[in-house]
Amino acid sequence: MNSRSCAIEVEQLVREFRKGPRAVDGIDLAVSPGEIYGFLGPNGAGKSTTVLMLTTLLPPTSGRASVGGYDIVRDGAHVRASIGAALQEAALDAILTGREHLTLQATLQGMPRAERARRAQELLERVGLTEAADRRVGGYSGGMKRRLDLALALVHRPRILFLDEPTTGLDLQSRSALWEEVARLAHDEGMTVFLTTQYLEEADALADRVGIIDHGKIVAEGTPEQLKSEIGSPSVEVVPDDPAARDTLAEQLTRFGEVARDGAATGAVSVQLPDGALALAEIVRVLDQASLKVASLQLHQPSLDDVFLAKTGRKLEGAGEDEDER
Amino acid sequence: MSASAAAGNGVPALVRPSLVDQIGAVARRSVTRTFRQRGLLVFPLVFPLLLFAINGSALGAARKINGFPDVSYRDFALAIPFIQGALFVAVSAGTDLARDIESGFFNRLALTPLRGSALLAGQLGGAVVVACVQSLVYLAVGIASGVGIASGFGGALVLLALSILIAFGFAGLGALLALRFGSGEAVQGFFPLLFVTIFLSSSNLPRNLIKADWFREVATYNPVSYLIEGVRSLIITGWDGEALALGFGFALLLCVITLSLAGASMKNRLVRT
Amino acid sequence: MTRRFYSVARGVAWRSVHNTFANPAIILPSIIFPLFFLAAFAGGLSSISDVPNFDYKPGYTAFQFAFVLLQSSAFGGVFTGFAVARDFDSGFARRLLLCAPQRSGIIAGYAAGALVRWFVTGAIVTVAALLAGMSVEGDGVELVGLFGLGVLVNIVAALWACGVAMFLRTEQAGALIQMPVFIVLFLAPVFVPLRLLSGWIHAVARYNPATVALEAARGLIAGSPVKLALAFALLLGGAAIMLLWARRGLASAERAG
Repeated sequence: MNSRSCAIEVEQLVREFRKGPRAVDGIDLAVSPGEIYGFLGPNGAGKSTTVLMLTTLLPPTSGRASVGGYDIVRDGAHVRASIGAALQEAALDAILTGREHLTLQATLQGMPRAERARRAQELLERVGLTEAADRRVGGYSGGMKRRLDLALALVHRPRILFLDEPTTGLDLQSRSALWEEVARLAHDEGMTVFLTTQYLEEADALADRVGIIDHGKIVAEGTPEQLKSEIGSPSVEVVPDDPAARDTLAEQLTRFGEVARDGAATGAVSVQLPDGALALAEIVRVLDQASLKVASLQLHQPSLDDVFLAKTGRKLEGAGEDEDER
Repeated sequence: MSASAAAGNGVPALVRPSLVDQIGAVARRSVTRTFRQRGLLVFPLVFPLLLFAINGSALGAARKINGFPDVSYRDFALAIPFIQGALFVAVSAGTDLARDIESGFFNRLALTPLRGSALLAGQLGGAVVVACVQSLVYLAVGIASGVGIASGFGGALVLLALSILIAFGFAGLGALLALRFGSGEAVQGFFPLLFVTIFLSSSNLPRNLIKADWFREVATYNPVSYLIEGVRSLIITGWDGEALALGFGFALLLCVITLSLAGASMKNRLVRT
Repeated sequence: MTRRFYSVARGVAWRSVHNTFANPAIILPSIIFPLFFLAAFAGGLSSISDVPNFDYKPGYTAFQFAFVLLQSSAFGGVFTGFAVARDFDSGFARRLLLCAPQRSGIIAGYAAGALVRWFVTGAIVTVAALLAGMSVEGDGVELVGLFGLGVLVNIVAALWACGVAMFLRTEQAGALIQMPVFIVLFLAPVFVPLRLLSGWIHAVARYNPATVALEAARGLIAGSPVKLALAFALLLGGAAIMLLWARRGLASAERAG
């Protein structure tokens, strides 16, 4: 079977382990070529198990999936030739240098001898590891290891990239750098990226579409904006300088949407903005015209955490089990 | 290299690197790792030689036992470091492979076209290189300390070949344990057990001079006795056909058994669809 | 020594003993290996007693039992060092240093734990040797003296191991803890009496303090004590030196934080 419209296509995929519940419980998803698909969920949701199945390292219990047009069970070798993967553990050899890793990978991928060194150098330059290339990986920082991990996944020029929680444990700077590179791969080189993450901002920032998984099932799927707009519109919370002015404030804000009087002590009032955050400028103008002094004014956007909460009754951040996914 | 037809949808053609290339790459990594961790190389060299030096002298009086071969105890004892060295090779090869499994590096290799047989052969190939170095050092130190090789230069070469074959068989055992248990700790936990097999053999005295009946029986059924006696015969006897046949025979049997089982375990461990 | 010292020592010793006996992976090797060495040496090398001038009346099993007993005692101390190193690696040692009101009690606790463990190992090895037909010609007092030697060897080894572990504060110190003890033990007359050694090993064994302890132990089993005062003096002196060593190790660990 050769599905040309989807880079990744999953149909009722299930994975059961002997001593536990279903880690993946009948998921369906489709990823278009060149898309960044964010697979978001707490620890133990089934993200890594899904990735292991799609990268042919774990056979599914039932269901089917194709990656790059190849069935993950029948055409495992073709799937592996089509994909690169940076799995949850960086899985590097601390004794080897970065360059040696890339050369080894290139050799095992069947690259001609003449091309190996050149490809290694190219990738080292691309991920910014040229200076550290001949140092042992044991001395690399977490960010450097992740960059090398990414470079190793790209050695054989795959069209589809699997990234399993690639920025977990990284500092902000390293995380941003990795996001930049992933976005570039997708947008400039047309690579399909399947990215699992437990970080909301990562899914928000990177993913073209997001699938939210919980207890092995996909509970929501769509673009980040679609998912958030399903939950509700943005709201503005205004705290007047004088708490006694709360009623006047509420009167002024009624024209913008449904008003709620939040804090009796502070006099805070919030208003839903069905037309979106564009009304914010008008709100400021109206309050100014009414000579209402404001102590604070905050815009609240629904987050993917709110989406998760709405779908599962739990917040995504802080959710998750301690058990291993695998 | 062979390639299958491209899928025609921009996916790279299926490339199958040559077995030799794959084995070479894995073996190169294995050797590089060992020589960069000097402690892994030094301890297996030093410890057996230390025991050789101590026991070679401490048990010197044993040659006064009626029926002991007409050689110094040091000549008698030189065979033992080769077997002890093989055990260190086993543990080192096993621990290396287990570490790859535990760290996830094994999964990285599984995502390439690397064949399981190439991975196994490459790991063991690296172990064999280390065994060569060890055996040469043991032989050199032995000769420098005054041990005479009764079978001459040719016998020394056969001795090296036999000790490398033994190390290869034990390395297969190490790989089997790693693939079976997937844990470096488990591999290292077997090390004392393997060491016990050396003690419960004809390592310290010829089998016919072991007074305790139960010990002599155990030593007779212990294959390690024949490995030691095969190596020892080249040092103290010369060309003993029976001892060499048994030594090589058991070494080959060890290789066949451990490598077959390791190969089967590799199939189970290298889970790929 | 204050009450605080004893309470710290008791706490550390309890934990050490509890962790050992609750974990078969720790206690079993420390019992099995001495038994194995007894079987291998006494069984495999029993022909050594046929060497002219061997002359040890109780026989080769008893000859080897003395070595195995002291070896198990020494390695019991060494294993304690491994546990100390592990505690540093895991961060638990820092917790101990923070909460112990009298830190020298920590060393005493580890050493006491080692001793309790060795009492069990020593008892098992002794029973095994007796069941194997070992002949003992010493009387009760001499046997108490034999175990007294074992106690001191255990203390010396435990303090040595604690010191190294506290200086280096990593499990990688294992080899450095173990090797000197191993070498000192095996450079004593392990397989034959001193008079049957020759060459360089005779020269080394002659001046090796472990030789004095071993010969004293063998003399006690044979009912003819030899070099007893010297053995106890050396071991007590060794314990004093190792106590200083361990305290310096503790100070180093305290400075490192």
